Amino acid sequence: MLKGRDIVTINELAREEIDRIFEVAREMVPIAEGKKKSKLLDGYILANLFFEPSTRTRLSFEAAMHRLGGSILGFSNPSATSLSKGETLADTIRMIDSYSDVIVIRHPLEGSARLATEFATNPVINAGDGAGQHPTQTLLDIFTIVQEFGQVEELKITLMGDLRYGRTVHSLAVALSYLGAEVHLLSPRTLKMPKHVIREMKCKPEIHEKIEEVISDTDVFYVTRIQKERFPDPTEYMKVAGSYVINGELVKKMKSSAIIMHPLPRVDEITPDVDTTKHARYFKQAFYGVPIRMAILALVLGVV
Amino acid sequence: MAEQTLKVQKIKNGIVIDHIPCGMALKVLKILGIQGDIGSTLTLAMHVKSKNGLKDIVKIEDRNLDERELDKIALIAPTATVNVIKDYEVVRKHKVVVPKVVKGIVRCMNPRCITNQREPVEPEFTTISTEPIVIKCKYCGREMDSEDIVENII
Repeated sequence: MLKGRDIVTINELAREEIDRIFEVAREMVPIAEGKKKSKLLDGYILANLFFEPSTRTRLSFEAAMHRLGGSILGFSNPSATSLSKGETLADTIRMIDSYSDVIVIRHPLEGSARLATEFATNPVINAGDGAGQHPTQTLLDIFTIVQEFGQVEELKITLMGDLRYGRTVHSLAVALSYLGAEVHLLSPRTLKMPKHVIREMKCKPEIHEKIEEVISDTDVFYVTRIQKERFPDPTEYMKVAGSYVINGELVKKMKSSAIIMHPLPRVDEITPDVDTTKHARYFKQAFYGVPIRMAILALVLGVV
Repeated sequence: MAEQTLKVQKIKNGIVIDHIPCGMALKVLKILGIQGDIGSTLTLAMHVKSKNGLKDIVKIEDRNLDERELDKIALIAPTATVNVIKDYEVVRKHKVVVPKVVKGIVRCMNPRCITNQREPVEPEFTTISTEPIVIKCKYCGREMDSEDIVENII
């Protein structure tokens, strides 16, 4: 179904294709945990091209490929490549395409993954292009919710924090609305979800500024980091960021089945005492990045 | 009618771009790359009353338009018609059509779009709305309206 496909944006994936990715990811979980061995991608080479720094995404793609017995080449520091000599991205892609079977690309400029698909014969997976898309993150976020609740439909999901600049929340909000979730948006006025994202959503979300409005009946809290540099005045930052922090006290007001997610890295927006509560799922969510990426690699390479 | 004729004189050979949305004539000139003396007569009429409301008209003597230029006009003046004049007579009439895919005539306004780098690709957009005109970059997904298009015509 997905053999040979490029994965550039989440919107290009049909519902059945997302379901298929999740089905394969579920089978991958014991392999990702190291409980089962696999040689599914033995003989395949992944080119992992990171033109800007990344920890989780890069390492989870590497872990995914290793767990399936494949090999990896690539870089995480473009200054050590011929790009620093002025080579175009198109030429870099054409060359690496001939050395590998699948390409994963993270690039600071928007549209770079789409461009890469035009110069590669093998599948290209977008691992984040500037402020643009990051489809494997969206997939692992939804997978985490599905693993916990069995479905997304009718869940009350609150996306909170920096909804304006946070890359992951844009495509997630759109995808969740199409999957039938009740989406709530909670952010300071200056960091609201952009209008163009709300326009793309299937159902209009409910917008809030105070956490009290959603704390007791939300099923999933998706927390994002409010960055200091978005505020010219540091006292304003302290004031605003402080009202979007999940702490041990707040957790007590949540539904007992509620879960807390975060794309990580987390700084102050979830206090460490929350980590040991039954609600914390952000490290589990980060783990799911591995089976999801294993599934995507196996599917685009046509081995499952 | 007599009054109208006096305002906008007939031309012998050339083109008449009629039914330009009111206020857009200067932008039409801009996208045709007309900035100063072009060596032939150019007549521009703005805020002209017509049976469909107000419009602008541009007449250029001894000039023809190629398809690329017609596409450019369509992007900012989708209601325009282009009449080709020979010996004072209209010999051809084009209704401009907004292309579904806009390739190589507009650059993406997003400075962080990969197409604004030294890469071997032509900027490409899909038209997502014609009234008002909105095009979307195939690469970065940025949407541009008619103002943005005029500023970024190649």
